[in-house]
Amino acid sequence: MSSTALGMTLFLVFVAATLAITFWASRQTKTAADYYAGGRSFSGVQNGLAIGGDYMSAASFLGIAGIIALSGYDGFLYSIGFLVAWLVALLLVAELMRNSGKFTMADVLAFRMSPRPVRTAAGVSTIVVSIFYLLAQMVGAGALVGLLLGITGEAGKAWTIVGVGALMIVYVVFGGMKGTTWVQIVKAVLLMGGAALVTVLVLGKFGFNLSSLLTQAAATSGPKANPDSFLIPGLKYGTDAQGLIGKIDLISLGLALVLGTAGLPHILIRFYTVPTAKDARKSVMWGIGIIGVFYLVTLVLGFGAAALVGREAIMAGDKAGNTAAPMLAQRIGEEIFGSAGGMILLALIGAVAFATILAVVAGLTLASSSSFSHDLYAHVFKRGKASERQEVVVARVSALIIGAIAIGLGILAQGWNVAFLVSLAFAVAASGNLPAILYSLFWKRFNTVGAVSAIYGGLGSALILVIFSPVVSAPPPPAGVAVTALIHGVDFHWFPLSNPGIVSIPLGFLCGWLGTILSKEFNAAKYAEIEVRSLTGVGAEKASQH
Amino acid sequence: MTTQEHDASVYEQVQESSEFQDLKRRFRAWTFPMTVAFLVWYLLYVVLSGWARGFMGIKIVGEINVGLVFGLLQFVSTFLIAWAYSRHAERKLDPIADKLRHEVEEKSK
Repeated sequence: MSSTALGMTLFLVFVAATLAITFWASRQTKTAADYYAGGRSFSGVQNGLAIGGDYMSAASFLGIAGIIALSGYDGFLYSIGFLVAWLVALLLVAELMRNSGKFTMADVLAFRMSPRPVRTAAGVSTIVVSIFYLLAQMVGAGALVGLLLGITGEAGKAWTIVGVGALMIVYVVFGGMKGTTWVQIVKAVLLMGGAALVTVLVLGKFGFNLSSLLTQAAATSGPKANPDSFLIPGLKYGTDAQGLIGKIDLISLGLALVLGTAGLPHILIRFYTVPTAKDARKSVMWGIGIIGVFYLVTLVLGFGAAALVGREAIMAGDKAGNTAAPMLAQRIGEEIFGSAGGMILLALIGAVAFATILAVVAGLTLASSSSFSHDLYAHVFKRGKASERQEVVVARVSALIIGAIAIGLGILAQGWNVAFLVSLAFAVAASGNLPAILYSLFWKRFNTVGAVSAIYGGLGSALILVIFSPVVSAPPPPAGVAVTALIHGVDFHWFPLSNPGIVSIPLGFLCGWLGTILSKEFNAAKYAEIEVRSLTGVGAEKASQH
Repeated sequence: MTTQEHDASVYEQVQESSEFQDLKRRFRAWTFPMTVAFLVWYLLYVVLSGWARGFMGIKIVGEINVGLVFGLLQFVSTFLIAWAYSRHAERKLDPIADKLRHEVEEKSK
């Protein structure tokens, strides 16, 4: 049996198991609260695992390991930003949202505002952020298939993306939040197990001496002239060649990473799946523990790939480094257990990576379709008069459509580093969503004009700056350097940074403030209600009884 | 089932109560400064990564340098702050929040 066949078999076992879960969940999903929030009946630990499963995306696993393998230390910056970001969610957002919201992020934003304009803005923002993020995961799926199934042609990658997309649609349409959450729990356990196994093997090879692992990583994959530079920041972000602009770009990336998490709709709706705010707190605590350990493991995987696989081989597998982790699994398996061992480990990690992608894309599709149905359809279009049944039907149909859009975009965006794509999603979330969320929860004066300005101002500026950044169009690179811009051949960029966060996040806060002070609207009763509800849990949505 | 007006007036009464104001103060007095603190600590790390590479590259033990240790300290601080918040919430916030919630739920019956 070849590695490909074994990998496929393991992956099909995962698919069969998760489809069984989905079928079971679909029979448990009757009400809107079941579909959107899994009946709010998950425990803190279960939701903590699901948070890990939702957050440890292909970007974290494949992308960060890839950046560390190719650019050394700089990949670590991602891990740290992604982890510290959870403190914003824990301290300021998770419990208060659980207490005052129902199904979507917009429930909290629209609480004391005029519902239609605010829900429209929040719905648009939710869908844009989720699609950016979905794109990244789909690209990861395409990169992986070449390695795992030996398919390198464009058509083969495209079909893989179609397959992944179709499965995710099935999970979401039939399983709703309950099915999706269980898929994420299973995936989190598999991913932690698989990554930990490879990490222990890699560390074992170096006698559990991190320093000797780093020495070999720098010697094998670092710049020949100065191997030590592989172990300090600056090979990829804010390089000396980029000058001041590069360093400002680094700060911009850092800001987007740390402020983005608490504005990601698919993360925010996870807080609704537990019975109380205390469980939401507990689930974030578990999430932080799991995610933190995972990023430490990723550090070893990245440097391990640099040391054992080497830069040239990784670049040959995927020029953005997305396949470094599975290649490392194969190499370490071969070195310790012979060629069969390498084959088995590659199959295992490949299947885990696919499972990772599937679980995350399901979460994203659920978040965006929930917002489409609950915010745009039920509250904006039907003015709050849609029945629960209609809402759930619309959510399912929109999951299908959003899934199809994600498949199409994923096929178009092959070859980008997935961690980088995700960093753009974080920038958009931090600019468009976080200011409005924080103002809603903590600023007495905040009002409809403020909310709408914060969302459109942050979201719009982030998108415009990305479009006119060197990410989308850039001058042709010197001969022999790969083209990294999305559009080849034309150059219309005027914004020098590849991450817009440092400009668009303050702009989101500024627009929200300006919009608020320009409007006289203030509803004291509603402010009292959200403040009391968010801090005490009075009137919070209860778990449904089955 | 209570009317919207009734609910709203209950909320306003609770909001004005000294107990609620105490809860709000305890929540904000802990989380706001802590948020500023961990963001400054994190941004210090990012800024040093951009501008102080010589410092980040100083080797402490073998190949383990200041940059790596600084990064790992961010993990440690994140775990510690999360743990400290959870302790603070359980001891200082939850009892007041629970009491207020029960009172409102009694009144609404």
